[in-house]
This record gives sequence, structure tokens and C-alpha cells, in this order.
Amino acid sequence: MSNFDSLAYFLPELALTVLIVSLVLASVLLKSDRDRIVWIISLAGLAVTAVLLAIQPATDQSIFMGALAVDPYSRFFKWIFLVATAVIIIASPYTKQLDGSQRHEYYLFLIAVMFGLFLMASSLDLIIVYLSIEIVSIGSFILAGFLKDDPRSNESSLKYVIYGALSSGVMLYGLSLLFGMAGSTNVFEVQAALVVLPEKAHLTLAVALLLILVGFGYKISMVPFHFWTPDVYEGAPTTITAYLSVAPKAAGFALALRILGTAFGSTGDLNIGDWSPVPGLAFGSVIAIFAALTMTVGNFLAIQQNSVKRLLAYSSIAHAGYMLMAAVILNGQAFGAIMFYLAIYLCMNLGAFLVTIFVHNRFGYDEIDDWKGFGFQAPLIAVPMGIFLFSLTGLPPTAGFIGKVYLFSVLIEAGQYWWLALVGILNSVVSLYYYARIIKVMFLDGEPTDETVTGHPVMTGLILMLTVPVLLFGIYWTPLMGAVQSSLKFFTQGM
Amino acid sequence: MASSVLTILVFLPVAGALAMLFLPKDKADLFKWIALGATGLQLLVALWLLGTFDRSAVGMQFTFMAEWIPSFNIFYHVGVDGLSMPMVLLTALLSFLAILTSWNITKAPRGYFSLFLLLDAGMMGVFVSLDFFLFYMFWEVMLLPMYFLIGMWGGPQRQYAAIKFFLYTLFGSVLMLLAMLALYFYTEPHTFNLIILIEQARHIDVQLWGVDMRWLIWLALFIGFAIKVPIFPFHTWLPLAHVEAPTAVSVILAGVLLKMGTYGLLRISFPLLPAEAVYFAYMLALLGVINIIWGAANAIAQVDLKRMVAYSSVSHMGIVLLGMSAIVSTNRGGAEAGLNGAVLQMFNHGIITAMLFMLVGVLYDQAHHRFIVYPKDYEDESLRGKLGFGGLAGHLPIFTAFTAVAFFAGLGLPALSAFVSELMSFIGGFSAFRTLTIIATIGILLNATYFLRAFQRIFQGPANEKWASLKDLSGREIAMLTPLLVLIIGLGVYPRPALEIIAVTMGELIDLVQAVIPLAAR
Repeated sequence: MSNFDSLAYFLPELALTVLIVSLVLASVLLKSDRDRIVWIISLAGLAVTAVLLAIQPATDQSIFMGALAVDPYSRFFKWIFLVATAVIIIASPYTKQLDGSQRHEYYLFLIAVMFGLFLMASSLDLIIVYLSIEIVSIGSFILAGFLKDDPRSNESSLKYVIYGALSSGVMLYGLSLLFGMAGSTNVFEVQAALVVLPEKAHLTLAVALLLILVGFGYKISMVPFHFWTPDVYEGAPTTITAYLSVAPKAAGFALALRILGTAFGSTGDLNIGDWSPVPGLAFGSVIAIFAALTMTVGNFLAIQQNSVKRLLAYSSIAHAGYMLMAAVILNGQAFGAIMFYLAIYLCMNLGAFLVTIFVHNRFGYDEIDDWKGFGFQAPLIAVPMGIFLFSLTGLPPTAGFIGKVYLFSVLIEAGQYWWLALVGILNSVVSLYYYARIIKVMFLDGEPTDETVTGHPVMTGLILMLTVPVLLFGIYWTPLMGAVQSSLKFFTQGM
Repeated sequence: MASSVLTILVFLPVAGALAMLFLPKDKADLFKWIALGATGLQLLVALWLLGTFDRSAVGMQFTFMAEWIPSFNIFYHVGVDGLSMPMVLLTALLSFLAILTSWNITKAPRGYFSLFLLLDAGMMGVFVSLDFFLFYMFWEVMLLPMYFLIGMWGGPQRQYAAIKFFLYTLFGSVLMLLAMLALYFYTEPHTFNLIILIEQARHIDVQLWGVDMRWLIWLALFIGFAIKVPIFPFHTWLPLAHVEAPTAVSVILAGVLLKMGTYGLLRISFPLLPAEAVYFAYMLALLGVINIIWGAANAIAQVDLKRMVAYSSVSHMGIVLLGMSAIVSTNRGGAEAGLNGAVLQMFNHGIITAMLFMLVGVLYDQAHHRFIVYPKDYEDESLRGKLGFGGLAGHLPIFTAFTAVAFFAGLGLPALSAFVSELMSFIGGFSAFRTLTIIATIGILLNATYFLRAFQRIFQGPANEKWASLKDLSGREIAMLTPLLVLIIGLGVYPRPALEIIAVTMGELIDLVQAVIPLAAR
């Protein structure tokens, strides 16, 4: 589709661009009450984007001369990004940690990151892949270091920059190798070229694939490319930690699945099964090993943590591992299971982080042991936290359980990689140990008390709202699974 | 009512728990009355169910089936037969009595009673589910209230006990989850329906790691169930959890939860994978015998009365396993005795152990300790090695009478209920595995040893002046113990009504499993 015609399908992104520009202008022009007004403009802009996304016409063609897809698949992820960004922006004025920072700039960067995420979910061109990842990364670097007076936040930002630069450089090298072999940056043309690739180039292809995997692995914090995660997550403002643990991770999965599925899928359709893009290299097994490592390392590091924030950071690595488990088999079920899990993970992880923010606001606590008796002081917050944690563990009747059931189903239905399913299931048991530790401190250690703590109604409301899907989809998940199933269509042909 | 009665049974307590959430938490007394009302109603519904239950009918009764998640073929599918009927009754009865037992709970009563009702609903759900996914959900849902009930209202080591219980059972149930998914995906059409799976599961013909998939499924299910029973060597969570749990939770834990393991074996493992059930029958019998002797030997060594009762559960559940292993008996009468005995023993052990824990609780409430003999490392040096009580019979006649009946029922005295079911289990076991059963009878002797010795040390001998102030059973306590007493004596003298409920279903199960044994081997 020509560039001009494409604009009609690009309205949500255009709205975001307009929003970004107006936020810049508002930051410059406004003299007083900037944080508040920028906050309102941001939310209004997100609302407009949501409407435009909802009414976006469907097309079976790619836009901007094959650069971007407007398919149900990308739209599903865009909703995830939209919800995540909206929740974080709504919560930000009520986050004490951010007091003293220029919140209006912070909103601007959040929206910019979100724009990059939108592109990540729909890119069909290697150049756009790289550009969108960089847009997200640069915004995230700044946001991670947003607490300017906090040395740990600065450290977090610097580490993020160095790791990010290195891994995107490595990935760029892989992408350029791919371009060298295919003579095109369009993923469909790459796919067509790879099918007829002469045998002597297979080694190069394997190298290119692994290098690209490093880039994706960094984005979804896959072991052993996860080293940045704990430090960045700990140093960044908690709102940003929550955001980074959900939105860019989802985008990383969206992008990786699409690019790996289309460019390297030898058959050109999605039901590849146990995949081996390079003859002689069992790529499914490679991913399986990464998945097993990711969840095990994430879990065992999480056990040792004493700060809730760090614990959640490490556990988010483990969750990436669970999702990777399904990516071992590339078929519709696997894509569906990962998307389903991401949607649920969004709710439960954001919820858990919001509670952490709430506690930090109210008491200034970080250590798990400080949460003693919180369950009795603020049952309205602590009970949802319990639900989020049990959901993260994967216990019924919460949505986290259903998400895990689908992830495991992928492996079991394929009848392969039973060892990985076993590793995954044992990791779930391990994760109970540290998640239950927070629950223990909240409910088991304290004594009943009559004095109750309340927070700002907006925070309480957000937390309660996030528990609704976590419980509802644990008991009746047909609506969500239906949405996932109808979002599974994405381009498998060019132009 | 017939089709919705089971749904009412399961969700009545949930309704009670939800009602509590909307009441102000300072009305402490209200919560126990709501809980008592909900469980009381549930008991009445269960009794109605018993009255209308057709003892001679084959197959499931009161079934109800509704689509739940069509894309995954999950159904809300419930029903009862002769195996689940006694368990439903047991759950309803013990839940009601456990609420009475908890009458003096003062710490956060709203949380306590609402969690208790959720636990009740989960247990009831397990016993009526006919869809594996539904079964699994209920099975897991129980863990959460149990964790909090032990962890928040338990004894000094409650937190450790709670997490140990939680981790152990979760480990078992995640293996069960894998087995469940394997059953689903390897059968055609994919289904969680436990009735259809009876036909389908045995046709699974896949190898994994050079082993038959059905074996692995059976073993995964077995570990899941074994942890609940608990079968040696998975039993180590049990003494701790029982001792630390508040009395009412111990009652439920020993009375109902342990039965879920053997229920799962009889409901899922045996009918779905009969060939494997036959293959592993010897292992089951062997583990049963180990349980009987190991549990009893440990019970003898205990100085804490509650720990002793906890270990006696391990021993008595071993008898259930031995009875179940009679499924391979070539003698039809032996197989029937074993299976019927096992199910009856599940029920009998439920009521007896509930009574024992209640009595221990009554004693502990007043005396604040429950040592038969003070341990050697007791904090007060002058008491070390001395008797904890002694001569209570003199001034606590009613308490002594109740305890005597419970203890004698525990050791299997004729004319009390456990005698019948234990005898039947042993007859069944003997008809299948002679030597093992003969070894197992040592357990009977050991059981008698610790019960009689404990009785002697606590109730007989010179009265310990220190405990002269103890009061005898109150009206409430008599009310909660009497139904159990009546059942223990009633079923001991006239067990036929109970056996009639069980027999048809067990006969069906024996036919089903024995059909896979080649004729030559019979």
C-alpha cells in the first residue's frame, strides 16, 4: 500500500505523535501546574488513541510499502501497551517516589516509549525492527534514570544504556548478515530468499539467527542476557519497573514471534511445530534450553531477595521463561498461549507492583519483613496482593493458573519436550516458596488490629480493578481466549 | 431439586462466606452463627441426598452437566455414586461439627469462618466432580484456605507447618496437572470427562523416555494422591501440620483431606488405568503395610497426644491402602471385602479421628498442654519425664467415657465401627497378598499398644492434683461429640446400611479393573 493510502491505517500512531508534540509544547509553554495539566493531556491523548485503535479499519495489506502490519495480532498487543501505559500514568501522580522529579517530562517519555512499542508490534521490515527497538530503548534509558538524585537510579540507567547498546549492536550485526543473504530488509522477501538459500550459507544463517536472538533475548530478559534486569528494575522508579517488566517484554515477544515465525519459518505459514530454520540445527531445543535456564535462574535468584521490588524483578525473569517454554513449538496454540499469558501477566504483575508502590508511599518500606501485619492494616490492598501473588504462582482459581495450563498444554499436545514441562512445573512449586513468603509476612506474622490504613482512592481503585480480570479469567476465560484466538491472524504473505 | 442438589451442596458454604464479607467485622458472634447455619443447611441437604440416593443403582446419580469452557472441552459436571456418597456425608458432617469445635475462636473470626467455609466448598467440590479439570480446580482451591487456617490460627510452629503443607501438596498436584493434560491430549476426542476417560484412557499408546506413557500418568497421579493420603515416604508434612493446626482444622485435615488421596486413587487412577492399577497393586499393598507399621511405631514413640493421634492416622490410612490393593484378588469375595472395607474405613477413620482430635482439643483448651509424658527437653526441668496428666477418670467421667470409646474405636475393638472396616480390609488384603497382610497384622497390636498406654497414663492411676480444676465436657462439647459417638457405635453394631451404599459401586469397579487381567492369570 502506498504511503499516502497507508495513513488511514496509521491513525492511532499519528494520534500518539500529535500527543507527543503537544506534550513538548505544553511542557515549554505552561508556567504553573505543569505536571497536572500534562497528566490530563496525556490521559486524554491515550483515550483518543484507544478510540482510534478500536475503530481502526482492518486490511489484509501491509502499510507503508510493506513496512508495517495492521493485523489483529498487532492490535492485540497494542491494547496491552495501551492498558499498561494508562495504568502507569494514572498511578504516577500518586507515587511519592516521583515527588521532586519533573513528572511532565516523564509522561512525555512514557508516551514516546509507547509509540515505539506500537511500531515493534507491527514491524515487518528489519529496519523498522531496529528503529522501533531503539525508540523504546532510548526512552526507557531516560525513564530508568529518572530519579536524578538517587545514585541507584543513575546506575540503573547507565547499566541499561551499556547493555542495551551492546545487545542492539549485536542484533544489528545479525540483521545485516540476514540482509546480506536475502538482499532485502522486508521479512517476507527474507523468508523467500532463505528457502532457496544454498547449503554453504547455512552456517552464516545460524550465526545471524543467534545474533538476532541475543537482541530479542535482551528485550525479554532471557537468561543469559538478563544481567541488566535486576539492577535496572531495582534502581528505576517503581512505576517504571512495573512498566518495563510488562510492556517492553510483551513487545519483545510480539516482535520475536512475528519475525522468527515469518522470516525463518520455512513453510511460510504459522504452524511450524518443532522448528528448525537452519537445517541441522534443532532450534526448538536451543529455545528449550534457554527457557529452562531462564525460569530456573530467575526463580532461584528470586528466592534470595529481601526486597519486594527485587523479588518481583527476578520473578519477572522466571515468567519470561514460562512463556519461552511455549515458543519452543511454533504453532497457533503456542502463539495463543503466549498472548493469553501476556494479557494476564499484565494484570497480575502491574497489580503486584502497584501494591508495592502503595506500601512504599504509605510506610516507605522496601524489605519484605517490613510488611509485617500489612494484611490486617489494609485488607483492601493486601487481599488483592495475595490474589496477584497466588496468580503469579499459578494457583487456581486465578487467571495465572489458566495461563500456565495453556503454556504447558502446548508442550504436552506436541508430545515433545516433556522434560521442559517438568522443569516448568517444578519451577512453579519453587516460585510458591518466595511468593508465599510475602503472603506469610502480610497475614501470618502480624496480629489483628483495628487501625486500618487507607491510601489514595485512585491507587486503591486501580489495584481493585486489576484484581477483577485476575479472578474473572481464572474462572471463566472464554472471552479472553476468544479475543486471543481472533487476534492470531497475521500476515504470512508479503505486500 | 435432583439435578441441582450437588451444586447447592458445594456452593452453600460459598454463599455463607460471601455473606460474611459484607458484614461489619466487629459483629464477631454473627460469623460463627452464619457458618453454623451454612454448614447445618449443607448437612441437611446431604442427609436428604442420602435419603433419596438409590443404593441399588449402577452409575452416577444426581448428575448435572453444563458447558463451562467449550474451547477446552471443560464441563461443569457433577454426580455422586456409592464411592462419593459416604465422602459427601463425611464432609458435611465434619464441617458442621468443626464449626461447633471452633466456637471459641476469637482471633479474626470473620477471616477464620469464611476461610473455613471455602475449605468446605472445595472439599465438597472434589467429591462430586466428574470432570477432571473441575476436580483439579477444587483440589487446588482447598490449599489456600488450609494454608491460612494453619498459618494464622495454628500453634507456635504454625508458619513452618503451613508452608510445608502447601509446598508438599502443590508439588503433588502439579504432577497431577501434567498427568491430567496428558490424559486430555492423548485421548481422542480430547476430554476431561472422567466417565468418558474410563473408556478412552486405557487406549493411550505412547512411549516416553522408553517408558509406557500410561505408567508415567499413573505414577504422576499416584504421587499427587499419595502426598495427600499421606503414603510413606510422603507423609512427613502430616504430623507437623496436624499438631500445629487448630483443633477444628485438624479434624478436617485428618477427617476429610486425607480421604481425598484414596478417593482420587479409586475415582481416577483405578478406573482410568486399570491395567496399571493391577500392575501396581502389590506396590500399593506394600506401601499400605509400611504405612500401618511405620505409623503405629511412630505413634508409640510420641509423648504429645496430638502427634500420637496424627501418626495413628498414617497407620489407619495404610489399612485403606491394603484393602484397596485387594482389587487384584482372584477371589471375588475377597476383592469385594477389600474394596468395601477400604471405603468404609475411609468413612470410619474420618469420624473416629475427628472425635480423637476434638477430645484432644477439649483437653488442650483447658490444660494448655497435651503431653502424655513431659518430653525430656521440656522447659520446666522438674516436670521432665513425668506424666502429663493421670487419674483424670476420677473427676471427668463424661470426658473419660467419650475418650474411651474413641480410643477403643481407634484400636479396632469389635462392636465399634472401625473393627468392621479394618477386618474387611484385612480379609481383602489377605486374599490377594497373604504374607504382607500377615505382617500388617502386627500393626493392630501396635495400635492397641499406644492407645491403651495413653489411656492408662492419662485417665488411670493416682489423680494428679494439678488438674483437679479441669471441668468436664460442656453441653456444646457433648453436642459435637455425640453424633460421632452414635455413628461409631451404630456402624459397629450394624454396618449394613453403610455397606449397601458402597457395595454396588465397588462391585462395578472390581468388574472394570478385573476385566483387564488375562483369564489365565485369574
